[in-house]
Amino acid sequence: MDQDTLADLYRRMLRIRRFEEEAARLYTERKIGGFLHLYIGQEAVAVGAVSVLEEKDQMITAYRCHGHYLARGGSARAGMAELLGRETGCSKGRGGSMHFYDASRNFFGGWGIIGAQIPVAAGMAFANIVNETGGVVLCFLGDGAINIGPFHEGLALASLWKLPVVYIIENNYFAMGTPLEKTAATDDLSIRALGYPMARDTVDGHDIFKVRSCILDAVRRARDKRQPTLIEARTYRYRGHSMADPATYRTKADVDEWRSRDPIATLGSKIDSLGLQSIREKIDAEIEAEILDAVTFAEESPMPDPATVGDYVMA
Amino acid sequence: MREIAIRDALKEAMTEEMDRDSRVFLVGEEVGAYNGAYKCSKGMLDRFGPQRVIDSPIAENGFAGFGIGAAMLGLRPIVEFMTFNFSLIAIDQILNTAAKARLMSAGQLECPIVFRGAGGAAYQLGAQHANSFEHFYAYTPGLIVLAPATPRDMKGLLKSAIRNDNPVVFFESELTYSLKGEVPEEEYLVPIGKADLKREGSDVTIITWSKNVFLALQVADELKEQGIAADLLDLRSLRPLDEDAILTSVAKTHRVVIIQEQHQVASYGAYLSHLISTKAFDELDAPVELVSSLEIPMPYAKSLESVILPSKERCIEAVMRVLR
Repeated sequence: MDQDTLADLYRRMLRIRRFEEEAARLYTERKIGGFLHLYIGQEAVAVGAVSVLEEKDQMITAYRCHGHYLARGGSARAGMAELLGRETGCSKGRGGSMHFYDASRNFFGGWGIIGAQIPVAAGMAFANIVNETGGVVLCFLGDGAINIGPFHEGLALASLWKLPVVYIIENNYFAMGTPLEKTAATDDLSIRALGYPMARDTVDGHDIFKVRSCILDAVRRARDKRQPTLIEARTYRYRGHSMADPATYRTKADVDEWRSRDPIATLGSKIDSLGLQSIREKIDAEIEAEILDAVTFAEESPMPDPATVGDYVMA
Repeated sequence: MREIAIRDALKEAMTEEMDRDSRVFLVGEEVGAYNGAYKCSKGMLDRFGPQRVIDSPIAENGFAGFGIGAAMLGLRPIVEFMTFNFSLIAIDQILNTAAKARLMSAGQLECPIVFRGAGGAAYQLGAQHANSFEHFYAYTPGLIVLAPATPRDMKGLLKSAIRNDNPVVFFESELTYSLKGEVPEEEYLVPIGKADLKREGSDVTIITWSKNVFLALQVADELKEQGIAADLLDLRSLRPLDEDAILTSVAKTHRVVIIQEQHQVASYGAYLSHLISTKAFDELDAPVELVSSLEIPMPYAKSLESVILPSKERCIEAVMRVLR
């Protein structure tokens, strides 16, 4: 893999990590309301997946959406402003942490009801066929979503109607605070694809190169053959389910084991070992500046004018 | 003018709009090869093919969400629920996805989609197939909710709904699919948000919607024989609501009877009553009467079903109470 690609993957992952670390800080300062579900630890999944997409491909995800939004190229300023509920936010302060959107980059959110985005993704894939765009839809979901009705309904339709969609279960081993062994009778989550039937794959979500290869295969199947795929990407969130969750249901050793294979640290070391430490350090500094600028931008941005409360309700 | 049945008026509306706009398609259970559970889409599969008239498996949340996704990328789906009893499986998609996409994305996402199908009781369908759920949808900002009665309004409003850029919930009735009425041959639309004054009178205002318009017409005719002239307002549109039409009529009659098939508690009619009592308090000469279904799940037996539903007798009694 060429140096530019390595550097770009590293930059995109670090950008998410630093964005969310600052978001966590702002949350503890009570500058962010509502829920804040952090993606820290899972960055290789979103960045790896996005890196094999074409511009015309769409993405949709659930409420843990900052990483996917940023991976797609969403503005850090607009993202941070959204967390602070500002008019300059990516959803103009109407969405909040769980509802980031950037339609200009084909990022379609940002949805707060478990599993609901799964049939929606199938419909988006259908529109790509009707509109003859050649686009593929990437739909992200958590391991907590695989037991709810819309998961099965969406996958059944995607398979039956041969829709160009790739479903990625980001298995972080906990549905909120409930461990996977209490929510599924198997530890092989993509096995659920067999009944529809649908192509399936399992990938180490901490290995960004394996993620890229796995998603690329699935995107090609979708684009060229109209075959949907269900992928399980095994990953881990280092923080609790949300900022309100101290995650006492797992041990520090569990978290440390995953952290020891941290995708950002791993890729950073690899870049350094190629003699590109100065490039890596330059990226670190650029990301630091971008994120701190985003915080300043968000804090200095106006809240939505109360007079605009009725905007965006009806066409 | 020619007279056609409501199922044919609906088919004409969908067919004309699909001819006019290639982005419009129909999806639902039995809509294609079976010609629709109530034959509202007869012949449409042959005319438009399987990519525009899509037979779905029984998966209401799935195909409602599917329609929403297609709408967000520029298509204009018509999602048919065999009946709105089954729409509860999909209600999260309608209330939480379709209705809120525009707000949560600050206008980046659009959701031009129509959810249509039969609502309310019919002949002895039993408790689970006889629900009137208009209030769930009318409660929800971001949706348009239509409940027309006549063949003319069914066609004209469905065409308006398909052309509208908002998510629209469109109630029909199993009991009236065969009901015939005048429908113009030429192109026409019925505007969303306008009530229709079906009878004019200055003694009492009767407000209703959906198939109870036909009950209310019987009531008005019988009252007329007794020398009582009713303003009969067919709302047609529940959200947005034609408040002006209601308030104008109340200012004329000072007495109001609302007829609905919903249960009374937390119902749409209860909201109307609140609206009238606050916005026309000085005009009222009697408390607003609300004729509703009894607070009992619908039993099967005919003798019990007819007790539950609003009847001509109960409506006339209500009119007499407001006239006292």
